[in-house]
Amino acid sequence: MMERVSEPALQTLPQRDNSLLIVFAIMVVVLVAAPFVTYPLFLMQALCFALFACAFNLLIGYVGLLSFGHALYFGWASYVTAYAAKAWGFPPELAILAGTLTAAVLGVVAGALAIRRQGIYFAMITLALAQMMYFVAVRAPFTGGEDGIQGVPRGHLFGVINLDNPTAMYFVVLVIFLAGFLFIHRVIHSPFGEVLKAIRENEPRAISLGYKTDRYKLIAFILSASLAGLAGATKAIVLQIASLTDVYWPMSGDVVLMSLVGGLGTIFGPVVGAFAILSMQYKLAFLGEWVLVIEGVIFVTCVLLFRRGIVGEIANLLRIKL
Amino acid sequence: MTTIFGVPTMALFGQILIGLINGSFYALLSLGLAVIFGMLNIINFAHGALYMLGAVTAYLLLNYAGIGYWPSLIIAPIVVGCIGIVIERVFLQWLYKLDHLYGLLLTFGLALIIEGVSRHYLGSAGLPYTLPQSLAGGHNLGFMFLPNYRAWVIAVSLVVCFGTWFVIERTKLGAYLRAATENPSLVRAFGINVPRMITLTYGFGVALAAFGGVMAAPIYNVSPNMGSELIIVVFAVVVIGGMGSILGAIVTGFGLGIIEGLTKVFFPEASATVIFVIMAIVLLVRPAGLFGRGT
Repeated sequence: MMERVSEPALQTLPQRDNSLLIVFAIMVVVLVAAPFVTYPLFLMQALCFALFACAFNLLIGYVGLLSFGHALYFGWASYVTAYAAKAWGFPPELAILAGTLTAAVLGVVAGALAIRRQGIYFAMITLALAQMMYFVAVRAPFTGGEDGIQGVPRGHLFGVINLDNPTAMYFVVLVIFLAGFLFIHRVIHSPFGEVLKAIRENEPRAISLGYKTDRYKLIAFILSASLAGLAGATKAIVLQIASLTDVYWPMSGDVVLMSLVGGLGTIFGPVVGAFAILSMQYKLAFLGEWVLVIEGVIFVTCVLLFRRGIVGEIANLLRIKL
Repeated sequence: MTTIFGVPTMALFGQILIGLINGSFYALLSLGLAVIFGMLNIINFAHGALYMLGAVTAYLLLNYAGIGYWPSLIIAPIVVGCIGIVIERVFLQWLYKLDHLYGLLLTFGLALIIEGVSRHYLGSAGLPYTLPQSLAGGHNLGFMFLPNYRAWVIAVSLVVCFGTWFVIERTKLGAYLRAATENPSLVRAFGINVPRMITLTYGFGVALAAFGGVMAAPIYNVSPNMGSELIIVVFAVVVIGGMGSILGAIVTGFGLGIIEGLTKVFFPEASATVIFVIMAIVLLVRPAGLFGRGT
């Protein structure tokens, strides 16, 4: 049943080895040049969401697990990073590390619970656990309730690089994003990643071949949660705020939408999707509540007509793997 | 004043009553989800939004057409049920051959659309819905005060829940439904119009949600956000109970409502999270759910 999640991956496309490399090179060039033509703050935010979507896509696209609660890791990492930087005076690298580790720990607990059920139940459990931790965030004193944690200092990276300089901040975010992106690429193309894909295609068969699939699923879950946490932690330093929005269920919905629009199970899809959805939210912000309606319409359209997503469709057209 | 475990009985029974009311809505919604999942293999994320739409319909009927609570109790579920039938025909019927997850994603999109439109026209704040005169007031039972409307909500929910159980488990129509859940192609071979049954099942499940929405309107006010908060709790209820059994969904719904009410008395800080904690414990102890079969 699971294999239908990722139609593009199923097709035996003639693989051109260098296509991934070319597209990656184009992406890097565009992202290095981008801050000189566009608003850097928007780009930094988009890169954080792109990493968040890539982390989410690692689960849905390559293990076939739909987590509907990824705001939990993004939001809590964001809170811990913001608190560590502001209240404890952590330097940015340690604050981000603290946030990422928090997400990893939450991923261990939530993952261990959620993988006890499959398919649709997995999605409901992850959503419910995220909602629980949302209520905890509402009540916990350190999160600042409705106000969130504001005015988080960006500080000096490794004590040298002043992150209050937008260009420096941008390139730090870009390095974090690229590191996360390449890490995910490495995971997917490792022997471990092959087992994950085998689980996605046919879990009973993977079990019968002797793989302890629960262990693989849990490790993939923890990796995904940690990377989502890295994205949330970086976002807290970039935007200098952590708030309830980051940990609430619409955030989980947004990351699903970004990956779906870009293309589930494609490595570049979530990046394209994140930039597309975030641009839309910025450009159409004046429409108020209609943005929600438009997002809903995009969801429906993607599921009915456009299941490969933008990158998936392009890859299919050019008959390459992206 | 009489007390139990140091808590005044008035407060204790009052919270149990509120728990039972919440439980009624958990039961009505998880029942609808289970029936829909059985036939359509889709988890209806829009269930909460359609529950809200039931309440909104009742509000609009009262304030713009002068139609009161009693007719709304019939009209709103029919209106929302018809919307459900349109949704099934236009969107959902194309998904049955795909992975279940696509159904969740599509209905999540529908929920966003319904909620966004409602928020645009009604605002995010709650709108008061006047209690019908015939159900105002209440009775002093000696150990607690029982408002008539709350007693009515609990009684009607129980009747509707067990009515649904009876139809599904004890009538011929229900037998067709259960058979079509087990093996649609075989039932089709016997000359029963299964696609129409699927459409009507979705319409019925959604109408149940709208019915709950109308009943909730005088208690919680009508607000566009009322559905999304509720549906996530109902998902946890469904994970706890498992979707295999109708009776299980009803018992779990009411039971968790009562537990939530008791938590409000003894440990108020945890009242918002207690159902999720129970879900985690059930996953550890009985992963298939209390009444579940398989995964």
